[in-house]
Amino acid sequence: MIRFLLLFSRQGKLRLQKWFTAISEREKKKIIRDMTTMVLARQPRTCNFLHWKDLKIIYKRYASLYFCLAIENQENELIALEVIHRYVELLDKYFGNVCELDIIFNFEKAYFILDEFLIGGEIQETSKQIVNRAIEASDMLQEGDSSEWFEVELFG
Amino acid sequence: MALKIVKGSIDRMFDKNLQDLVRGIRNHKEDEAKYISTCIDEIKQELKQDNIAVKANAVCKLTYLQMLGYDVSWAAFNIVEVMSSSKFTYKVKIGLYAHVWICQEIGYISQYDTGVALTGLSCFVTPDLARDLANDIMTLMSHTKPYIRKKAVLIMYKVFLKYPESLRPAFPRLKEKLEDPDPGVQSAAVNVICELARRNPKNYLSLAPLFFKLMTSSTNNWVLIKIIKLFGALTPLEPRLGKKLIEPLTNLIHSTSAMSLLYECVNTVIAGHDVNGSPFLPPFSLALFLFLRFQLCVQKLRILIEDSDQNLKYLGLLAMSKILKTHPKSVQSHKDLILQCLDDKDESIRLRALDLLYGMVSKKNLMEIVKKLMLHVDKAEGTTYRDELLTKIIDICSQSNYQYITNFEWYISILVELTRLEGTRHGHLIASQMLDVAIRVKAIRVFAVAQMATLLDNAHLMTGNVQRKGICEVLYAAAWICGEFSEHLENPMQTLEAMLRPKVATLPGHIQAVYVQNAAKLFATLLKNQEGNTDRTAAQETSQLMIDRLPLFVQSANLEVQERASCILQLVKYIQKLQQKDVEVAEEVIALFAGELNPVAPKAQKKVPVPEGLDLDAWINEPPSESESEDEQPKAIFAKEEPKHSRARHTEVDEKELAKRREARKQEQANNPFYIKASPSSQKVYQEAPGVEHIPVVQIDLSVPLKVPGLPMSDQYVKLEEERRQKERVEKKKKEKKKRKEKRGGRGKKHDSGPESEEDITPAHMVDIVTEEMPLADSEKLPVRSHRAAEALKSPAEDGDAESPASQEPKKKSSKEKREKKKDKDGDRKVSVKNGNPTRETALWMYIYGAEIDIQGNLQDGSQVVVSVIFENKCDNFLKTMEFNVLDSLNSKLQRPEGSGPHDGLSVPFQLPPGVSNEARFVFTMQSIVMPQKLKGTLTFIIKNEDSSTHEKLDFKLHFTCSSYLITTPCYSDAFAKLLESGDLKCSSVRLEGVNMPFHHLLARICFHHHFSVVERIDSCASMYSRSIQGHHVCLLVKTSGQTVSIDAKCDEPTLLGNVLDEIKQTFSQC
Repeated sequence: MIRFLLLFSRQGKLRLQKWFTAISEREKKKIIRDMTTMVLARQPRTCNFLHWKDLKIIYKRYASLYFCLAIENQENELIALEVIHRYVELLDKYFGNVCELDIIFNFEKAYFILDEFLIGGEIQETSKQIVNRAIEASDMLQEGDSSEWFEVELFG
Repeated sequence: MALKIVKGSIDRMFDKNLQDLVRGIRNHKEDEAKYISTCIDEIKQELKQDNIAVKANAVCKLTYLQMLGYDVSWAAFNIVEVMSSSKFTYKVKIGLYAHVWICQEIGYISQYDTGVALTGLSCFVTPDLARDLANDIMTLMSHTKPYIRKKAVLIMYKVFLKYPESLRPAFPRLKEKLEDPDPGVQSAAVNVICELARRNPKNYLSLAPLFFKLMTSSTNNWVLIKIIKLFGALTPLEPRLGKKLIEPLTNLIHSTSAMSLLYECVNTVIAGHDVNGSPFLPPFSLALFLFLRFQLCVQKLRILIEDSDQNLKYLGLLAMSKILKTHPKSVQSHKDLILQCLDDKDESIRLRALDLLYGMVSKKNLMEIVKKLMLHVDKAEGTTYRDELLTKIIDICSQSNYQYITNFEWYISILVELTRLEGTRHGHLIASQMLDVAIRVKAIRVFAVAQMATLLDNAHLMTGNVQRKGICEVLYAAAWICGEFSEHLENPMQTLEAMLRPKVATLPGHIQAVYVQNAAKLFATLLKNQEGNTDRTAAQETSQLMIDRLPLFVQSANLEVQERASCILQLVKYIQKLQQKDVEVAEEVIALFAGELNPVAPKAQKKVPVPEGLDLDAWINEPPSESESEDEQPKAIFAKEEPKHSRARHTEVDEKELAKRREARKQEQANNPFYIKASPSSQKVYQEAPGVEHIPVVQIDLSVPLKVPGLPMSDQYVKLEEERRQKERVEKKKKEKKKRKEKRGGRGKKHDSGPESEEDITPAHMVDIVTEEMPLADSEKLPVRSHRAAEALKSPAEDGDAESPASQEPKKKSSKEKREKKKDKDGDRKVSVKNGNPTRETALWMYIYGAEIDIQGNLQDGSQVVVSVIFENKCDNFLKTMEFNVLDSLNSKLQRPEGSGPHDGLSVPFQLPPGVSNEARFVFTMQSIVMPQKLKGTLTFIIKNEDSSTHEKLDFKLHFTCSSYLITTPCYSDAFAKLLESGDLKCSSVRLEGVNMPFHHLLARICFHHHFSVVERIDSCASMYSRSIQGHHVCLLVKTSGQTVSIDAKCDEPTLLGNVLDEIKQTFSQC
């Protein structure tokens, strides 16, 4: 099971966080701090795995953004790397040449893509097409919603 | 319809629940309002009842109605009443029903909303929710849409975890999902079952054939990995399964190109082998099979490790370490490879390799491996890795009682070499190894002592540097070894000298103490050597050296050092006296330290047999009574000592034994002529009282241990504390505070100020946080304001300067951007900037040319815009009595001085000689800033010629764009992210094609024309921010790829945003 996913910049600024288990706010802060210091201290061209407490930390850097995934001990590290990569692919597909700032600016979309891909710490959908379709469909839904809302505003 | 009404009235006969309500509302599409009003009436009735369950039901319905947009505030009291009811279930249910019904209600409309609800649910499943929702989610598991089924299956796993009872009824359906036509649902089911099986594999053995089929048919690596994992959990329970798996697994290992799958296969094989191989010996054939596939794995692992990919290398080593536990031999053959990994630049890989080395050493290769490691120690950069290496070297060498060490001289020299490490924290570890080896290996002592003597001689190398504090622990061992085994020293005098150097005083106290003690031992040995000689002066010189140097230690702040030093100093002084009388003392001094210290194994005590009849667990004395006053706690600090004393006092409670002893003592006393007999009376009491407590001797004994300095004192503190507390308790009954003080004992009072001072600190902290997290706090806006105001004044002036002919071209651009309006004498003959130089074309005899208008929002007031106009006189005549007037619109008005009419013009407060320019500012009041504005205006003036003066008029238009309402406001990325997170911004976006300019120019353009500031820029992507004068936030995300620029924008005012985006588009379409 995946415990959490963190996205942070090279400067250690947190861009996205997803926790799949209930963790107190304080604990979260501590973990984020630990992760950023640990991962940012790694030299380039070293392996992407770390051991932290009883978890395996798998991180990968894409441009200026670090993706950091914590999995339980019996999980497969390489599949975790695949998960990260798949998420990046999904983001890239959706945003088109995804950039760190996309994730800040359209954070809800980034979360939404993640929710379509992972649920409760497990991989929900392995097919890129299906995830993309789900996201597109819900985007349409949202647009429909907002236009409705707009009309209400006009006449209300 | 009639039927429905009838049905409705029947419904009314019973209490409607939420389900009925929803159904009812759906059935009454035509007269929903009416239906709901009747429902509300019913709810009101229900709320009046006493039954809390009925009320809860009513509140459930209300939540739904509120969701539909009906006002239920009238029932607020009842809602609170139900919420505060003692039964938690009602609360849960209310939240829950709302939730479930939202799910199901919307489920009819859109699968995606249900999906969202399920996703949300995955985050907060609690046991209660799990219990109540299990059935609903189970229903969703056979939803028509695979999208929902998939989610439901995965959520079900969470539900199982929180509410295991739901597993049994749900299992058949879950099993069904394994053969779902949709691959997504199928893989979700595999996922869930795999996770479940890992927790309790036994129950899932029956599914093995099904999974076997899936494994051979599936091509999805994600699913395959999960299935293989599942088999990994199942094989230990069913050995036959392992046999059956060999073939497909081997095939996969050979054929797959996906490393993750390969790794999973290898891992599973290793794990399966682990279990099958060790406890139960499998049949021979199986063993052979295992061996074969095992070899295959190791080979594959070798390929992984040799791979250039660091990740695979790491994983290969990780898997190797798993194999090492069961099959060290097969790993040992790859020693070369693992040693190679030590050279890797990646620390994690080196650490993994180190782990492996631990299990790989043998008597033969130990020295070689350690030599290699020592090389790495020298090379290693980071202290953490070096420390790790150091501990690993010691671990490797010392494992299972130095099993692999054949030459201890070598080991000692390794340890000595390790002391040269800088900044290690493990001095203590090295020291304990040195002590251990020196004590346990007798043959090594001569060598060890010689090495230690050198260490002591060169102690300055270790103490000199502050960074090396950790390593000076080694001196502890060195000093002790040199002292204890001083007979082996070659040059004891030199070593003694080294131990008594003044520099030693800088060492930590406990090391100094060892120094002093061992200097004494050394001194004893020296005396013995020197007294054997004919020359007595040498011995006296040694004593003198001790007497000279020891006072340094007597002054030490460390009590232990002080005590030992003063004790030994006195001893040496006494010896010196004796020496002066030519008495031979060496033998006696040596006797002080006679006897050999033997190593004692940590478990040695266990080997001592417990004497018969001794029960170590039995109480020797009555256990102290537990029932003491409520103020037990402070006493507890000292209570520990209490039973100890009592135990020491009465080692035996046996009545008979006591009597016997008493008898014996009496006898002894009677026979002892020195014993002063007690008075007959006391003797009488003594005899009469049989109880232990009454023996006066005991009382005397008691007072002795209590005279230990400090203890009665602390007792006093406890008493004082108790008294004080008693008082306090009367004064205030704050229990918590009391507890804290009780713990602190006598120092409680001092610490009282603790919380207060903490409070003093916190506000300071808060201030910090506020400034950090909210860079746009009110206090910070002020400087920005004044700055902008200053700039508003400045920038037009600059533009004015720029109007020299040389910089005509760039000026034109900028003036256009500033919504410059040009005015010539004839208002209808407007000349646009692009059409060349108007001076020549329309030159009659006079122009007012190039009046620049800079429109700036007034930050002090959200509704004011300041327009700065620069007037430049381009003609040869004098201009005067200029009057500026604008036709007000509904939305915007020119601010005129009080008392003037709404159509009066404003006089420009200056006159313009030829060739001179000046600036005037006019304030406009705006109602709404979301739309751009165009205002018509006229400027009237008088041209004064040498002989005549003419009245002239100039028409112009003022264009207020939406960008002009924006104010460049810096924004930190954190604040920016927070703003976006707030979620009340509307989104919009534009796409600009064919923009051919560098990205930074593009950004600069947006910043300049539209008053944005760049928040963050990463490569060809930037986030920008601006604020309107009325406080609207405008956020942009600008991205470029090739000639296409996409701008996503968010703003709390959609109209404003749309207009700003249009203006941005316009800016770029013109270039």
